[in-house]
Amino acid sequence: MNRLDRVIGKLDDNRRISPDDGLVLLKHADLLVLADLAMRKRMELHPDPVVTYVVDRNINYTNICVSGCRFCAFFESPGDNGRKGYVISKHALSEKIKETLELGGTQILLQGGMHPDLDIDYYIDMLQFIRNNFDIHIHGFSPPEIHFIAEKSGHSVAETLSILKEAGLCSIPGGGAEILVDEIRDRISPRKCNSEQWLEVMRQAHLLGMKSSATMMFGHIEKDFHIFEHLEKIRNLQDETRGFTAFIPWTFQPENTRINVVKKTAVEYLKVLAVSRLFLDNFDNIQASWVTQGDKIAQTALFFGANDMGSTMIEENVVSSAGVDFMLSKDELARLITTAGFVPRQRDCYYNLIK
Amino acid sequence: MQISFIDKKLENIYSKVLENSRLSKEDGIHIYETRDLVGLGRIADHVRRRMHGNKAFYIYNQHLNYTNICRNRCLFCAYARSRGEQGAYLWTCDDIRKILKERIAEPVKELHIVGGLNDELGFDYFIDLLETVKQIRPHATIKAFTCVEIDYLSRLAGLSVQKTIARLKDAGLEMMPGGGAEILNSRIHKKLFPRKINHERWLEIVRQVHLQGIKTNATMLYGHIETIEERVEHLMTLRRVQDETHGFSAFIPLAFHSQNTRLSHLPATTAVDDLKNIAAARLMLDNFDHIKAYWVMIGEKLAQVALSFGADDLDGTIIEERITHMAGAKSAVGLTRQQMTDMIKKAGFEPVERDSFYNPVTEQMSGSDE
Repeated sequence: MNRLDRVIGKLDDNRRISPDDGLVLLKHADLLVLADLAMRKRMELHPDPVVTYVVDRNINYTNICVSGCRFCAFFESPGDNGRKGYVISKHALSEKIKETLELGGTQILLQGGMHPDLDIDYYIDMLQFIRNNFDIHIHGFSPPEIHFIAEKSGHSVAETLSILKEAGLCSIPGGGAEILVDEIRDRISPRKCNSEQWLEVMRQAHLLGMKSSATMMFGHIEKDFHIFEHLEKIRNLQDETRGFTAFIPWTFQPENTRINVVKKTAVEYLKVLAVSRLFLDNFDNIQASWVTQGDKIAQTALFFGANDMGSTMIEENVVSSAGVDFMLSKDELARLITTAGFVPRQRDCYYNLIK
Repeated sequence: MQISFIDKKLENIYSKVLENSRLSKEDGIHIYETRDLVGLGRIADHVRRRMHGNKAFYIYNQHLNYTNICRNRCLFCAYARSRGEQGAYLWTCDDIRKILKERIAEPVKELHIVGGLNDELGFDYFIDLLETVKQIRPHATIKAFTCVEIDYLSRLAGLSVQKTIARLKDAGLEMMPGGGAEILNSRIHKKLFPRKINHERWLEIVRQVHLQGIKTNATMLYGHIETIEERVEHLMTLRRVQDETHGFSAFIPLAFHSQNTRLSHLPATTAVDDLKNIAAARLMLDNFDHIKAYWVMIGEKLAQVALSFGADDLDGTIIEERITHMAGAKSAVGLTRQQMTDMIKKAGFEPVERDSFYNPVTEQMSGSDE
């Protein structure tokens, strides 16, 4: 029996696969063999042919950031005379949230740069302002932001999370994970929290009863084995806390950034997606990334292990600064799901179906 | 290879494929209706690998659309203009010479030449066009004119179809593309392209072309008002002609783009439909050698995926596609050889640069006409 057959045998017996097994799948399995395995796993976890999506708005409260990650086309440095730098006003914030609610939105994804002049009171005030004025779920502040706020305030990560939760924060987005391997992070995002710190923010958030997602940005300078180091780290934490709701892999978009590589192709994305579905046996949901892949590959992803289409993204600024500009309405998202033979259902942040 | 299908009805289709027996109309309809996209893809991939192994073909080609002025004005077309209308154009032989010379350093192996039915032109224009192209690009194959244009040219020339083809062949025509077939059916003909030749005439011309030793491609424009049954019948019609003539080279499913057409209310085709059309073509057209994933219409990303759903050819580098881009295509207007081979390799296939007749292009041949 060859190595690939052995790994497939493990999967057939519902046994956990190792990073080496994952590498064998990624390297040696045909595209549609992977699709078949991932689809079966997905149907086992979600026997109803439902594909979910969330209606939310991405609100980037500031683009001023001290991190200066090499893969980012969105940020402005604090020293750039504030030319294109901004911090959102309460008025603009209100307008965006009102619009989101009018469009049937249930949550906002609140994220921004690591702004050197904003202290924890700013975040508390923003959260309280939203909570006191709107009935909307606040999914906000990825681990690098939480880590940055904690460091500046002198509070521990756990205390910081507790303070923000008290002020209205509901759950944590899984951004800023990039690849959770320090030799990679040191080269692409040296000033952002390291992988252990990222995981620690999530651990503490989960311990406080807050849910989060997990992401992975691949297709820059990492090797395939780094992908499995990343997946193993989040699988281990999930074993510990059960706090992750979903995993979202997406590909690095090189335009307008300082990392000069050829973009990952659709087939490479679909393979990583399928292997993620198989490797992350303790994750309920895998999300397709139409923002980076476009509508056609996002629809195809529903046959490669994804059971969620992510968000309608009423507003998306970060990836579109890197040259990708897709917009999908709720109706179009539903059409993609229906024409693929699935039933579209709007969900909330915890993957509960709405209505 | 053992495949366990989520849709058990695909088992019957798979066993037929393994025995090399021909698929029926009902099989064809089921191919389009199944929800088991992966299972369907695996059957088509099996056939594709049986025929071509791990090879995936592409060609270094250039498109020349000599005029967009057209009397047919089909409902699905965003390209055509009337004479005098803004954006209307006609290239003279001097224009063509100039356009070809701009790219003369590139190792173009095929020129794909199609255009509108323009009342201003006489038959001589087409002879001049072919001779001009041949003179500037003596080593590239001229693949020109759909059956729709051939019908029109024969009337312009006052010659039989047979004699028209003979004249064009003398001037340099070596192969013909597969356009203008749309859906070979009178209902669709009446509704969408009543002024274009009907399917009986299209088939009559294509048979004559094949009889004279000119290979053509075949296409199907899907994603407008056609039914699944009409798609399957279209494929079966082509399969019948191919049994008679063996003159078809590749089949190319063409995804309809509605933007800027009079059918702009229709949504774009989906990935699932695009992939099913590739798989359906590979499985129904058992007597066709090649199935193309035309990246201009379905996008580069999905075309790469389509190599695992029955396609063995990604068409070409193209250099400046016009017709589908007028209808809102978001794909590139051309791809480099590097991009083509990169896409193919990363999909797990072996890229083979080919000429118009699917002969591999060797290093010595890959130079330019400079």
